[in-house]
Amino acid sequence: MKKVLFWLAAIAILIVTQAGIKGLIGPYYYHILILVGINIILAVSLNLINGVTGQFSIGHAGFYAVGAYSSASLVYYGQSAIRPALSFLPQMAQDAVLLLLGLCAGALAAGIAGFAVGIPSLRLRGDYLAIVTLGFGEIIRVLILNINAIGASRGFSGIPLLSNFFWVYLFVFVTIATVYNLVHSSYGRAFISIRDDEIAAEAMGVDTTRFKVMSFVISSMFAGVAGGLFGHFEMYLHPNSFLFTTSFYLIIMIVVGGLGSIEGAIVGATLVTVVLEVFRGFGPFRLVNFAVLLVLVMLYRPQGLVGSWTLFRKGTA
Amino acid sequence: MNTFLQQVINGISQGSAYALIALGYTMVYGVLRLINFAHSDVYMFGAYMGYYLANSAWLQSRFGTSPSAAIIVMLGAMALSAGLGLLIERFAYRPNRSSSPLTLAFWFGILGAAAGQLFGETMVWLAVGAAIGFVAGALIEKAGLKPLKQGSRLGLLIIAIGVSLFLENGGQQAFGADPKFFPEIIPTKLINAGSLKIDSQKLIVLGVSIVLMLLLNLLVKYTKTGKAMRAVSFNLDAAKLMGINTDRIIAITFAIGSALAGAGGILVALLYPRIDPLMGVNPGIKAFVAAVLGGIGNITGAMIGGLILGIAEVMAVGYGQSTYRDAIAFVILVLILLLKPDGIMGKGSTDKV
Repeated sequence: MKKVLFWLAAIAILIVTQAGIKGLIGPYYYHILILVGINIILAVSLNLINGVTGQFSIGHAGFYAVGAYSSASLVYYGQSAIRPALSFLPQMAQDAVLLLLGLCAGALAAGIAGFAVGIPSLRLRGDYLAIVTLGFGEIIRVLILNINAIGASRGFSGIPLLSNFFWVYLFVFVTIATVYNLVHSSYGRAFISIRDDEIAAEAMGVDTTRFKVMSFVISSMFAGVAGGLFGHFEMYLHPNSFLFTTSFYLIIMIVVGGLGSIEGAIVGATLVTVVLEVFRGFGPFRLVNFAVLLVLVMLYRPQGLVGSWTLFRKGTA
Repeated sequence: MNTFLQQVINGISQGSAYALIALGYTMVYGVLRLINFAHSDVYMFGAYMGYYLANSAWLQSRFGTSPSAAIIVMLGAMALSAGLGLLIERFAYRPNRSSSPLTLAFWFGILGAAAGQLFGETMVWLAVGAAIGFVAGALIEKAGLKPLKQGSRLGLLIIAIGVSLFLENGGQQAFGADPKFFPEIIPTKLINAGSLKIDSQKLIVLGVSIVLMLLLNLLVKYTKTGKAMRAVSFNLDAAKLMGINTDRIIAITFAIGSALAGAGGILVALLYPRIDPLMGVNPGIKAFVAAVLGGIGNITGAMIGGLILGIAEVMAVGYGQSTYRDAIAFVILVLILLLKPDGIMGKGSTDKV
């Protein structure tokens, strides 16, 4: 009951905010706010693989791309068939159903991709796994560059505008709640045991294979959702948004925030996105200064800005 | 058959350049267990240093276009790249593991220079900003705010990504974002070998790479420093206990790896003269793939990996779809790692650095 009330309240607040936010803060800040939300989803989900399960993935942009393109193509090619079937609904509800269908497709496709990458993770460890995930992300990008139906190197344009502040932040809440509950469940303890000592975990009867793949699949599904939200907000997708540098920025977010901590991922995603925007004031030296700041943060606070500090304490994690 | 042989030659010369860059990755990984993402930008730096040296009035008036000019360009760029490698190691990676004064002063100096250029685009403002930043950083450090010396491996990786970002974007400021054209420091000749036509540049690239790799092998196998490098790579703490100055050995490793990357930059610029500040990104990632392919931390493996990758890529472009070129490296990587999770040369079977 308490949970239902929480979600109703959250939805109500989001609807009210959605109604006024764009007029209040203007389109530029609105855009940044949306990007912060999408990056939070990506960072919190990546944190599940890298921080909680202790597997080293630097290919999150690949799952993000799979989700973005699957979701966008389902809506783009399917809307002429889906909309008439929904004609009894008002326009807004039609949009919502279309978006949700798109996000489902994105999550599903990214989840399948996550499964495919999770399998090699059974054999590979540490940096070998890292480079395979990075390679996977690049393979996806090159494939997209060669598929004409989704725009190839021209980029995929004409995606309908379906997502907005409400949807992005609704999924921010869903992601955080899911990952939080997962980490504090028996599954989460299995993930953490794999991170802390894989051999010991196996000896205690944890099916490490199953849990590693599971963490990959869940994490990539959320990346897929983030991709869908991104595509339907920007109305345009280009493979260059999904370069391995995107994965690097996501890694930066979770490490700067504090690896393994959900709060850390949220703080990291918000800070990195906002700082990169604020630094536009430095003109051409924007990324130079960002890089120096990054090096200094890691030298002076290696455990991340948030570290192991946590907002909600629930048992021992 | 002829075109096939031609492609093999192209592939080997491309691959030997990858191998040179891969060596730096693998050596640094050996001693620090760090994927040094900044390595690809040292390669870019090497190419630019070669460009400026070759175009310098001093060199052109003294040596003209004689072969010694090419050698000076090569050695000069290698030395400057080694210097950059040392700077990176000293101010970005070392503070993460042992005490290193003036770190904050160095980075504040750079921030100061960046802030200085907001006032005016002249060197004076840049220098004033750098000086103020340096002094401020030194004072803050004097007051007791020192790096923590307890970094994690992942923290070090983020630092490496940061340094890479820094060099790429700093390079765009220092060298200009527009591409430049590397001068032809060695005149091209077409050599007819039977029915094959071989570009002399390709032979030079191959020859120089082989010489450098042989030198590296001699150094690692037969010198005291090489022995120390192998010891550090085998077990850093044990090496320290045996009285090896590990910080010094790590610095030397960085210098050698960076010099090889600088040489790689010039050799690739001989083949493809267009250079720009982001030129390192793609070859860098591929060279790293080559290092992993061969078994990371393993010198022979890096060479083999580089050659495989070079040949495969050239073949893919020559016989198949050139648009898939950038994916080839990764497909091979995934396939080989699925069969042999520790890379071709495995682990511990041969010498590591």
